Order: sequence, then structure tokens, then C-alpha cells
Amino acid sequence: MKIYVFPLRLLCVLCASAVKTVLASLIILTTTQPALSQVTYERIRHAEAEPQNWLTYSGNYQGHRYSPLTQTNTTNVAQLKPVWVYQMRDPGKVEATPLVVDGVIYLSEKPHVVTALDGRTGRPLWTYRRTTPSDARGCCGIPNRGLAVLGETLYLTTFDSHVIALDIHTGKLRWDVIAADYKLGYTMTAAPLAIKDKIIVGVGGGEYGIRGFLDAYDAKTGQRLWRFWTVPAPGEAGNETWSGDSWKTGGAPTWVTGSYDPELNLIYWPTGNPAPDWNGDARLGDNLYSDCLLALDADTGKLRWHFQFTPHDVWDWDANQVPVLFDAVVNGKSRKLIAQANRNAFYYLLDRVTGEFLRGAPYIKQTWASGLDAKGRPIKLPNIEPSAEGTLVYPGLGGATNWYSPSYSPQTKLFYVLARENHPQYFFKTDAVYHPGDLFEGGGGRDLPGVEPYGVVKALDALTGKQRWEFRLFSPAMTGLMATAGGLVFGGSSEGYFYALDARTGKVLWKFMAGYQIVNNPISYAIRGKQYVATIAGQGLFVFAR
Amino acid sequence: MIERIKCLLLCCAFALTAFGNAAQLGGKQLYQTHCAACHGQTGEGGSGPTLATPRLVRAADEATLIKIIKEGIAGTEMPSSRLDAAQIKLLAEFVQELGKLPPEKPAGNAARGAKLYAGKGGCTMCHAINGEGSSYGPDLSDIGLRRGAKHLLTSLLDPEADVAKSFLQFRPGTAITDNFLQVRLLTRAGKRINGVRVNEDSFTIHVRDASGRVHSFFKSELRELHKDWGKSSMPSYRKALTQSDLDDLVAYLLTLRGDK
Repeated sequence: MKIYVFPLRLLCVLCASAVKTVLASLIILTTTQPALSQVTYERIRHAEAEPQNWLTYSGNYQGHRYSPLTQTNTTNVAQLKPVWVYQMRDPGKVEATPLVVDGVIYLSEKPHVVTALDGRTGRPLWTYRRTTPSDARGCCGIPNRGLAVLGETLYLTTFDSHVIALDIHTGKLRWDVIAADYKLGYTMTAAPLAIKDKIIVGVGGGEYGIRGFLDAYDAKTGQRLWRFWTVPAPGEAGNETWSGDSWKTGGAPTWVTGSYDPELNLIYWPTGNPAPDWNGDARLGDNLYSDCLLALDADTGKLRWHFQFTPHDVWDWDANQVPVLFDAVVNGKSRKLIAQANRNAFYYLLDRVTGEFLRGAPYIKQTWASGLDAKGRPIKLPNIEPSAEGTLVYPGLGGATNWYSPSYSPQTKLFYVLARENHPQYFFKTDAVYHPGDLFEGGGGRDLPGVEPYGVVKALDALTGKQRWEFRLFSPAMTGLMATAGGLVFGGSSEGYFYALDARTGKVLWKFMAGYQIVNNPISYAIRGKQYVATIAGQGLFVFAR
Repeated sequence: MIERIKCLLLCCAFALTAFGNAAQLGGKQLYQTHCAACHGQTGEGGSGPTLATPRLVRAADEATLIKIIKEGIAGTEMPSSRLDAAQIKLLAEFVQELGKLPPEKPAGNAARGAKLYAGKGGCTMCHAINGEGSSYGPDLSDIGLRRGAKHLLTSLLDPEADVAKSFLQFRPGTAITDNFLQVRLLTRAGKRINGVRVNEDSFTIHVRDASGRVHSFFKSELRELHKDWGKSSMPSYRKALTQSDLDDLVAYLLTLRGDK
């Protein structure tokens, strides 16, 4: 779909009555120019060449969540004002990142509602609705984190684990395939990733004893092209890291969208906790490929390398955080790098060609490891496992950070992450018996009286993980960050503040109280040369401009 | 998976802890594990409302009760539950059984307690009932629904016994206003204000002083901000009132059920 705005000079040649008609509706929707709205793989691959759009979950394949737009910058961001608000009709939290293609915003409001909006006015153009079965359930609400676009099709995953293709012009269903049986506890909440002619999708369900996987579907037909099981079966490498039959219910879900290197043709996708979460007695071993970063061949789904952040995790520290790709010189050698600020409190830097561990260091307080060894494996301290009476560990099960996106600025070379500080918890262990479709957790976490956790935006040197600055929030938040070429970092808060920080110093340059919690990732786009910044607070999509 | 906002929700014993083969646990066991810490071992109430009552004010029927157990009550300490439908049904059935227990009979005389409240106790200086009194402390119009006798007696004897040591357990659903955190602040202009926190975020704070006036500040306007977690401005009545007085006062408070 393309919103076509008539140039003024064209109006001059129209007859009077026609002018009247056109003035009454200056925005004409046209579906006669599909070439203009073909979002090709090459366009996504070179997303930086069209900063007016937001073509994929993280803004680019590198996971940067960085806008090259400069119109709103450190000198004028104080003039930013809301220009429109779109109120979603269905209740519930909104974790979705909108996409923007040629003036139109595509938003998965809920797992069952997708709306196309005019990016200048906020007026809806179409809405797609479906029904989620009432018995579909997951650990943490019913979120959806966004769409993928390829060609003239939008791709949505649903809470009951369908993959759905919608016509970008009308929102009509093109195809609908079932990826997994939701009755076994599978969910799908992540934005798909469109690569070449494939749609890559992940699953949730680490609290329900699912066996995790990552799928690739033919973008045109919905036919499944490959599946990578994140828990290997007997006879496959890695199965020896699971005792007994524990691999069958091993979890390792893939519920946050990964990154991609077109030159290496490698997908970098993180995985989540082994199941059951807090009782590892029946799954002795490292439990591959839980809490890992996977490098998969995009064409075949074959594993090129893996790196495990938290072997034999018993704290629920999923590695489902967006991996960030950048190139830099390390120890005198130019390298292709991948970085992740992990939920386990460590920041990691790896070689993304080989998976070689280069550096790692904690970025918030942690009490479970004395450090990382030469290969990046944590050196676990004694007496840190969950127990019947509770074992106090930093960070708590919410982790140092979580699904909400970090941001990387090629301008400042800083890695921005929203972290949760001062939130230790007592980790408990209980029995865990698997029943298909039921929670399979084996414990939990309990807070300490008198402890006051808070959120903090941290700017880390992307190469070393060392902190450059921090901006403290009143309470822990679940919002992503977006750096811009205007020298800004946008973020949100649990109370509803949307704010812009100086990307170099962390100083607050602008803020807006949007009225309710912000639990999603900001984006920026432009229409007719005007830059907009968007976030979702409560049920409102708020769009700002100068 | 787990994006785990749940780490915020799990703070209460209700939503947390033992999940064994929960389907095999009876309603009573589920109640002991998830509810008793706030609502009392037999539903007599505590920091949570009495459940041993023939009619639950917020849940007139089982369907509503199930909905409340599942979803929690927004703006209160009552969290949502991650128990499955069968477990919640067992729990709801057990809670309804609690209502058939003989009601708690307070030892004191409510009429005498009402006089103590307005007179010797000086309660109206900080508390309001149906709009009468001060808004400095918690409103007591329906305190008899929200708190049990034992909890009320403890609050009179040792007001700080159950004052939150942090705001953690109240996030994110509970209104910050209901936290009554004691704060002391000094403005850049040199003005000192003591009071209770009405609201706070990364950039602002609201404080109600003893006269009931609410002060609004951007934090950038403050030189000092102290938060006295675990403190209460309420005096102990251990010496001021006799045991008989205390029983009467509790009996009176239990009659306050929001039904003016």
C-alpha cells in the first residue's frame, strides 16, 4: 500500500469540481502502483538507505534499532510535540514494534488485531481481526511484538502458534499455517524476520515444557522450508547435554526476533530457558541449546555455531535479547562482531563469523558467577542454585534486562540497554511433573522486603561493555531504546514517560507524560521530509514531531 | 520464555511458590499456599480482607470469584494468578466454604469503640470515614471489609509492624497513593515539607502534608528528598488505651463496611 499525496502543481490543472473533490480528500489511496510498495529483500537489506521507513523489527538486519534521521536532534528535540494518537480498541498490554512502509504504519495491536494507519494522520486504513482460542495460554500475558513485511505481504505470528500472511493493501488473509500445537503450551509472540524469500519465526513456551524450534516458511505459499530444533534429539550433537528423556520437554524457546548478516547469510537467533525453569535435577548437563545464541544458515537452517551464555540455567535467564551486529577492530584485527547484553547480567562480545568469545563483563550487579573463563563460560559460584527455602541471587528472575530492545549507534559506538538494578530474589525449587500443556516450572522467585529495584538506561562501550553513563528511572521498566543520528536515545518508563536522552551524556533533553506504561520499542520514520517518533503507551500509539 | 513482568507480580505468596502436580492439590492446600498469607489461615483476614463471611462484597457469585482469583483486582494488593482453570475452581469452592464458618465475633463493644474513635483515640485527626475526618492517613470507610480483627489490633499496638519496607510489593498494580510512604523534603527555595507521598515517578513527586494540602514538585526543584520506609506517623495505642478499649475500637472498625 502506498499513500499518494497529490503535488500542488497537479491540482492546478484539475478542473474546479475535481479540485473540490481532491481538496476534500487530499490523501488518495492507490493500489495501482504496486512497484512503489514492493518491499524487496534488497530494500530491507539496505534499510539505512531509506530512513523514512521502518522495514523490519529492529529497523535493520543488524539489530541496531537506530534511526539515521537527523531532523530531530539534540538542538531541537525540546520542541517535540504529539501530533496524533491512535487509540487501540482492545484492552491489554501492547509490546509491538510498528512497521512503516511508504507513509503507512502497520501495527499488530494484539495477537489477533492488525491495523494499517496513515502515518501523517493516525487514521486507520484497514483492520484485520481473528479469534484467539480461549484456552491458549502463556506465561506472561498475551503479547505480540510485531510484523514482518516482504513484497506486498505482511506476516504475523499468533498466540495460538499460527503463521499468517496478510495482503498489505487490504489486510485480507493470504495464507494461514499452523506452526505448533498451542495445546502443548506453544505460543508465538515474536515479530517474524523476512529474509530473501523466507519468513523466519520463533516460539515461546519455556514454562510449559515445549521442545523449542526455529522455523522458516516460504513467503509466497506458507510451506515450511526448514526447522531447527533448539533441543537436539538422540543421535544429534548436543543431546548428550540432557540427562534421560529430559530433552523431550527441554524448552529453549525462540520468542524474540533475531538478527541477520546478509554477507555471511547467517541468522543470529537467541534461545530461552531450559524447562523446567528452576528445578534442573532431571535435566543434568549443559542443556544445549537453551540460553544460547545460534548462528544458522539462512537457506538451510543448519547450525554454523552456537554460544551458550548460561549452561544448565536454573534461574530462568532466557537469552532472548536482540543480538547486535557491528564491525570494529579488536586487538588490531578488523572483525565482524556480535554483542548481547544478556539477562544473566553479563555483556558479551563474540566474533560473528566463528562464534569465538572475545570479551564479557557484568553490566549490573550479579552474585552468581566469579567471572567468565577464556571461552566465555561462566565460572559459577557455590550455593547459588534454587532451594526449598530460597537462595538469594542477583539478578532476580526478571534479569538484568529482557525482551525489550537495546540500541546501537554507529555514531557514538555505544550500546544502549535498559537494565533492572537492585532486584535480587530468593529462587525457590519445587517438584516439577510434566503434564502436556500445563506449567512446568519447578519453583519461582520471591522478592526481599525492603528492596527497591529500579530501571536504568545504560550506555556501554560496545567493544568493552564498560559503562559510559547511566540514566536512572524511578521504577523498573520494560521498554526498548532507540538511538538516532540526531544524537538522541529515546526510551520509555513504567509510569508513562517517553523521553529523549543525549546519546553522548545521558542528559534528559525532552520528556512527555503519555499517561500509562510504555512496554514496547520506539521507532522513527519520515513522511514528506518530516521526521516522526512513535511509541505506544497504554492503548495509545503516540506519534511526535516538531 | 518469560518476559516476566511476573517478577513484579510474584511478590505476594499468592502468585508464587509451590507448583507441584498442582492438579492433585485440594482447594485447601491451594488456599494455604497462595492465599493464607494475606487472608488468614481460615479466611479470618489479615492484611487482606476477611473471606470467612457469608457474602463476599466483590464476589457475589462463584463466576465473579473465579474471575477475581484469575485476574486479581486492579489498584489493590490482590494479584492475578497463574493457576489453571481447574485449580482456580477448586480454590473458589474452598473460599466459598470459608463463608459458611461462623463469623468472627469481636470481643469488644462497637458502640463504645465508636466513641473512642471520635474522642480519646483522636483517630479523626488522620483518618476519614465516609468523608468525615482527615485524608492524611488511610481512609477507614470500609476497613472492616479489608482487614481482620487481629491485623487491626496489631496496627493499633504497633503501627509500623505492617508498613511496607519498600514499594516493591505494590508494583505495578497498586495505586502509589495507598502506600502512605512518609517523606521529608527540602526545596531549592529552602522550604521543608514533611508528609505522605501521593505519587512519584522519574521526574516528579506529590506530597500531602498534615493539613491535607498536596504539594507538587519536579524533582529538579528539590535539594533533598528522604523516604522513611517502614515508618508510620501513627502513634502506638499500647499505653494510651486499655485492652478493653482496644477491643472496643477493633469491634467498631469491623463494623465499617463501606455501606454508609
